[in-house]
Amino acid sequence: MILSDMTKEELQAYLTGEFPDAAVSVGKQYVEMVVKAEDLHAASQKLKSSPELSFDYLICLTGVDYPEKMQIVYHLESTLHRHVVVMKCDTADRNEPKIDTVSDIWRTAKYHEREVYDLLGVIFNNHSDLRRLFLEDGWGFPLRKDYKDEVRIVER
Amino acid sequence: MSELKEIIISSDKIHTDQYLVNMGPQHPSTHGVLRLLVQLEGEIVHHIQPHVGYIHSGIEKMCEAISYPQIIHLTDRMDYLSAHMNNEAVALCVENALQVEVPDRVKYIRTIMDELSRLASHQLWWCVMGMDLGALTTFFYGLRDREHILDIFEETCGARLTVNYNVPGGLMFDIHPNFQKRVKDFLKEFKKKLPEYDQLLSDNVIFRERTNNIGYLSLEDAISWGVTGPSGRGSGFSCDVRKHEPYSAYPLVQFQEKLDTKGDSFTRYKLRIDEMWESIRIIEQLIDNIPEGDYAVKMKGVIKLPEGEFYQRVETARGEFGVYIISDGKKNPYRVKFRSPGFSNLFALNKMAAGHKIADLVAIMSTLDLVIPDIDR
Repeated sequence: MILSDMTKEELQAYLTGEFPDAAVSVGKQYVEMVVKAEDLHAASQKLKSSPELSFDYLICLTGVDYPEKMQIVYHLESTLHRHVVVMKCDTADRNEPKIDTVSDIWRTAKYHEREVYDLLGVIFNNHSDLRRLFLEDGWGFPLRKDYKDEVRIVER
Repeated sequence: MSELKEIIISSDKIHTDQYLVNMGPQHPSTHGVLRLLVQLEGEIVHHIQPHVGYIHSGIEKMCEAISYPQIIHLTDRMDYLSAHMNNEAVALCVENALQVEVPDRVKYIRTIMDELSRLASHQLWWCVMGMDLGALTTFFYGLRDREHILDIFEETCGARLTVNYNVPGGLMFDIHPNFQKRVKDFLKEFKKKLPEYDQLLSDNVIFRERTNNIGYLSLEDAISWGVTGPSGRGSGFSCDVRKHEPYSAYPLVQFQEKLDTKGDSFTRYKLRIDEMWESIRIIEQLIDNIPEGDYAVKMKGVIKLPEGEFYQRVETARGEFGVYIISDGKKNPYRVKFRSPGFSNLFALNKMAAGHKIADLVAIMSTLDLVIPDIDR
């Protein structure tokens, strides 16, 4: 149960109109939107600043390693309208993924992106301070599916 | 003597440099292994760079190799003071994915346990908040009262801190026959004790001076930095998941989302005290009305989630906790992400404490109520 101004279908219709290049669909829980990597920054800016959308709260930023691509998932909420959208963006090169930062739009993304860089090795372009967050330099990227650590991980 | 005089006279001309001080990882006020690299000029804080990862345990990676009921056991190692809420988030996420409707009895008991955990967590926060500012009495008062809740947990769940009471589909076992009576006895006692908290700390002049108008966080910054829980609500950020995306028995109870717009340390402090009163209110509405029925639905021996993505938000004592499960249809998840409230809250610290004295930094950090394993995961 989500208490928002627009229903999921209305939000989907509105987003489709606003972002013709993005694929917008209604998921089981939230409206989902897949944007192209080159549109990511502009789309994020619009999602935050447009008064009808005003997605000003970045709940969670997740990096996911798929066999062919690296995907970044942004869970966004509007504190004004109380609607939620899940924005997804794929990076083309899975081995050396690069994507634009959104830390200038949502401040909290600065550290969420550092976490994703630390654990998955995604480079965020224009990030002001892209360093490892939890692990030391030269560790490898443990959340990648092909990560092997014979010392610390026991295969079952 | 004359030399000393000269030095005193010319002290305003002394050139001072900014310098860096490491606070932690073993500093008592960081409540765990957190290191703050503090840039100081005199005792004024200019910039704070938190360094985390000293107890990074790779829980998200571990989850990829284990089954869903097992994941629940890892979640209470993150924010151990909100263990029950973290467990519930995973249980709810799995139940929603499988479209399992749990009995009303489970919903009621889960909500009561949530609020008891919140009370216990806020009691511990209150006692260490006083201790951080040098008031040692609060430490004993808080722990004394918290003990009663832990005893109730022990009787019903078998554990005091990492309760592990939730399983997908319900609860691990039914409540203890004494549960309702003991909760009511505790509430009756605690309602007398809570005003003492105010007398001891909230109305203390020294405490007021140390927290009023200190550590201001604006509404815009709170939202942009994702500061949730009482810390965010102190800045006027309405972020209570119990209200906005209600789960378990929260739609059935009357309670207020406590909000204030002042955004300073004292407001964040006061909101947690107010939240304790709201928690008492919620428990009182539910405790006599727990419906009869099963304490769990029968689930399959091996739980497999359908292919897809599932997200569940809950309100822990620290703020919004999220579980994001991506499933490829197997018995273990493809990817699990935990959105922990402490992680986002911590990095707003620089915004709040820059410009204040280093002693105030300790007070401000206390009002954020950080639990380090929650940040490092």
